[in-house]
Parts: sequence; C-alpha cells; structure tokens
Amino acid sequence: MIIIGELINGMYKDVTRAIVNREADIIQHLALEQVREGASILDVNVGPYSKDPVRDMRWLVETIQSVAEVPLSLDSTKADIIEEGLKIVKKRAVINSTSADTDRMNIIFSLAKKYNAQVIGLAMDKSGVPRGKAERVELAAIVIAKAIEYGINTEDLYLDPILLPLNVAQAQAVEVLESLREIRLLCNPAPQTIFGLSNLTQGIKTRSLINRTFLTMAVANGLTSVIMDPLDRKLMDALITAEMLLNKNIYCESFLDAYRKK
Amino acid sequence: MAIELVKERYSNAINVVEIGSVGSSMIKIGGETALPFLFKEGSMPNAPVTALEILDCEPTDWPDTLREPFGEAIKDPVRWAKMAVEKFATKLLCVRMQSVHEDYGNGSSEESISVLKAIAKEVKVPLVVIGCGDDDKDNDLLPKASQALKGRNCLFGIATQENYRTLAATCLADGHAIIAESPIDVNIAKQVNILISDMGFDPERIVMHTTMTALGYGMEYVYSIMERSRLAAFIGDKMLSMPFILFVGQETWKVKEAKEFGMRQGVNWEIATSVSVLQAGADILVVRHPDSAKAITGYIREMMKANGK
Repeated sequence: MIIIGELINGMYKDVTRAIVNREADIIQHLALEQVREGASILDVNVGPYSKDPVRDMRWLVETIQSVAEVPLSLDSTKADIIEEGLKIVKKRAVINSTSADTDRMNIIFSLAKKYNAQVIGLAMDKSGVPRGKAERVELAAIVIAKAIEYGINTEDLYLDPILLPLNVAQAQAVEVLESLREIRLLCNPAPQTIFGLSNLTQGIKTRSLINRTFLTMAVANGLTSVIMDPLDRKLMDALITAEMLLNKNIYCESFLDAYRKK
Repeated sequence: MAIELVKERYSNAINVVEIGSVGSSMIKIGGETALPFLFKEGSMPNAPVTALEILDCEPTDWPDTLREPFGEAIKDPVRWAKMAVEKFATKLLCVRMQSVHEDYGNGSSEESISVLKAIAKEVKVPLVVIGCGDDDKDNDLLPKASQALKGRNCLFGIATQENYRTLAATCLADGHAIIAESPIDVNIAKQVNILISDMGFDPERIVMHTTMTALGYGMEYVYSIMERSRLAAFIGDKMLSMPFILFVGQETWKVKEAKEFGMRQGVNWEIATSVSVLQAGADILVVRHPDSAKAITGYIREMMKANGK
C-alpha cells in the first residue's frame, strides 16, 4: 500500500501559521512523524490562504527535503505552483492532481512528462462530481487515454474515483468501492487507485472509526494507495491487518510490528 | 517466433551474513536477488556452503558408514575436526556440543568448553556451534561457549520461539551471528526473527533454520515453506530476508533408508536431500559424510557456473 501523508496542508491552522512565520521545525516535525508512522510519500499543499503560493511551495519543499528523503505529492490546482515544486524535488514527485478536463490534462501531463512525475487523476470534470460507478469509470478511462497519449506509463497514474462526504452523499461510498475494481481493469499495467480518505468524514464525529472501516473495505476492493493521516494509529493498524488478511504479508504473532520494521 | 522467457524481478535481496574472522577465511552467505540458480532473473553473489558436522565427543550412536571415513580420529573431537578441515577440506565446520546431553554421558559444560576451545585453536575455518538440544543445558553451556569464542564471529544456535533470550543476549555481547529456528512454519519463522531483533539484534546477523526432514519424509512441505518465505522476502519482507541453514546430516542419518542399506545409499540420501533444499534456497548445508559434502560442493560449483552469464 502506498500511503501519502496528508498533514502538511495549509488547510490546517498550525501549518498555515508555520508557513507564514517560516517555522521550519514545525513542518519538519510533521514530515518526520508521518514518515516514521508509515507514509511513503508526503502531500504538500500551501493551502487557500497563502499570499505567495509559489514561494511558499518552494519553501515547503526545501524545508521538508532538508530532513526527509521521501517523494512528495505536490498538491495544488495551479500549474505554476506545482511546477515550482517539480523544479526542486529530489525524488520523483507525484502531481496532485488533474481532472478529466482536456485542457487541464494537457497542462498537467506536459508537466509530468517534462519532470518525469507521477500523476493523480480525478474522476471528475467541469460538470461536477461523479454520481455513480459508471461515471467514475468512464472519467477514469478518459484520464488513462490522455496519459497514454502523452507516453505516461499507466502504473504511474493514480486514479481517484472521488470520495464524497458521507453526510452529504452516503450512497456514493459503495459506488466508489465498486468503481475501484473496474478502474484496475481498465488497462495493463493496471493504474494505481487512490482517494483522500478524510473527505469521507468531513464534519462527522466518529471519523476515525468510519475511516478505518471504509479503508479496509476499499483495500479489499482494489485500492492501492491512499491519502490519509498516518499518525492515526488505529487507522494504520486496520490497514496493516487488511493487507495481511489479503495475504499480501505473511502473518506472524507480531504482524503489526513486523510491518513497521519494513 | 522466438519464445521469450517470463522473468520475475524482485525489489528486495536476502541479507548477506558473514561468518568467521578475517584471519579465518571468512565466509559470506546470502545476498540472493532471485530464486536459486535462476541467473536470468537475479544473482547469487555468494554460493551456498557445505559444512561438515562433528561432535564434541565420540558419536557412539552413529552408523559405521558415517564413522568409517574418519577412522580412529572420530574418538577425539580435535583430531576429528582437523581431519574434516585438512583431509576433507571443509570450509565451514559445525560443532555440535552433544556431550552435555543426558543421553551422551551428561558431561560437564567445562569439559565441553575445553574441547571446543581446543578445536577452535587447531582449526582456522569459520565455526557453526550448536547446543545439545536440551534448553536448560544449552542455556548454561552456550553463553560460556560464546564467550570462549569471542572475536571468532561464529554462527551460534539454536534459538527458538520459547528459548531465544539467553542465546541472543550472549551472541550480541560476543559478536556472533545466531540461528533462529521454527518448526516448518513460516509464521513462526517470522515471529522468531522479530523476537530476536526486538532485543536489539541486527536482523542481518540472523540465519534462519526453518527445520527440515529428509527426502521421503515430507520434503515437499519443507520445500514449499522455504520457497514461500523466500518469495515474501523478495517482495520486501525484511523479517524473512535471512539466509537459510539446513541440518541435512542430522535428518538424513536418522532415517532407516539411509542407515540400513549400505554406505552408498546413505551418502546418496544425504546428497539428494541437499540438492532438493538447495533448489528451495538453502545457504548453508550441514552434512555428516565427507563423500556427500564433496559431491554437494561439486554440484554447487557446477550450478554456479552460469552465475552472471
């Protein structure tokens, strides 16, 4: 399972403050904690309040890279902010993200090609969020076709069927689960599948329980990567257990420790 | 149309374990990046090694066919050790500290250690040292043995899920590698490795003994457990990435087919069993008859010719 740590995001107040005041130690601590708890990639998002997002992105990437040697997921809706990060990353980056809109895909896949980056593709376009399994798979197929056109390996593509908040669109959760399997069958080599787990439980009290229950269901349905909070210990335990039950890791009494020794 | 081979590529390699000190012609095992002898898929930087096994006392219950090649020397462990190294050219010597066992005369630890020291003084090849199999006796004997051979970088055994702390602590203190045993069970194999490494033991100093049986007594099961463990290691399981040691002689010379039908059959049984486990990933084969050791070493040499080609 590829775990993308979500915590370095200007949506969080402490991160915004750290960016504004250039408090490197706060960002670095978050980076190291996430890696220690199992993140293999770190998401980097300057947030909606940044006054100079290009410079902030550069600062964040440099700050993280000076302590953690992990690939970064450059998270922005603006191509110039993403490119600023791509210019200085030390490890192969992930672009987070493109929609299934042609103009957006042209920009993002050009960048991906130029900087040899991986790409997260959203099953979503200008008409809004997808309303069912079929629409998700169709949009995913459009992204795959475009990526192939740009000569991008399909295994470097992370397709996100779009997880919607449970309290807004409860019926969509099962549609996401069912779409995961089908997206994996769209091409060979199969693309990665991904979603931002926390989206599911925006504004919900029992977040942790619902997140980990849904994550185990998704893993069993073909989810290969996830954007989540790796510091949620119970969530990580559930993920490790799910993978073990799917025979991806050999069981032993201390299988949780064993996974963490990897 | 030319047929193209389907090749597997793995991300993780088996750990390399060094045994012996520089002066004693150190041996390296492990390092494989693919299943045994599949040189088109990966490499085996270190050839599997054959070790001759001796005891620290006369092996009164060994069949004549096993005693015969060593002649009178078999009554004196030091002479026996020298003969194994000098006449039969073993590059790795396994000393089983059997004399303290009740069935073997219930000797004292001190006596056994003095024999071990004398052997270590006479032979310069790297040593594998294992206890008698009785936990209480071994927990008394092995720490002393470990200390006596401090600096020789030996491979000590045998740690099990129920009894690993004493040996792991003493090996850690004296700089020896350790053998971790499990009863033909991949889950327990992984667990023992975790338990030992949780004590601060470097996982790259552990050699796995997943236990075995001789040919005809469930070899297929042994083989499949070894293979499953290896495949897990290749895709990244660090707690199963240890090289294997197999006590082929111990298992082979227990079975009646090996003991009762004349010398050649026993030797052949030992060779056939060894070749089978080599194909499953064995890194060290501990055998008892010098003729089988010679034949197995020859087989390994032949098989390794394609390495890197």
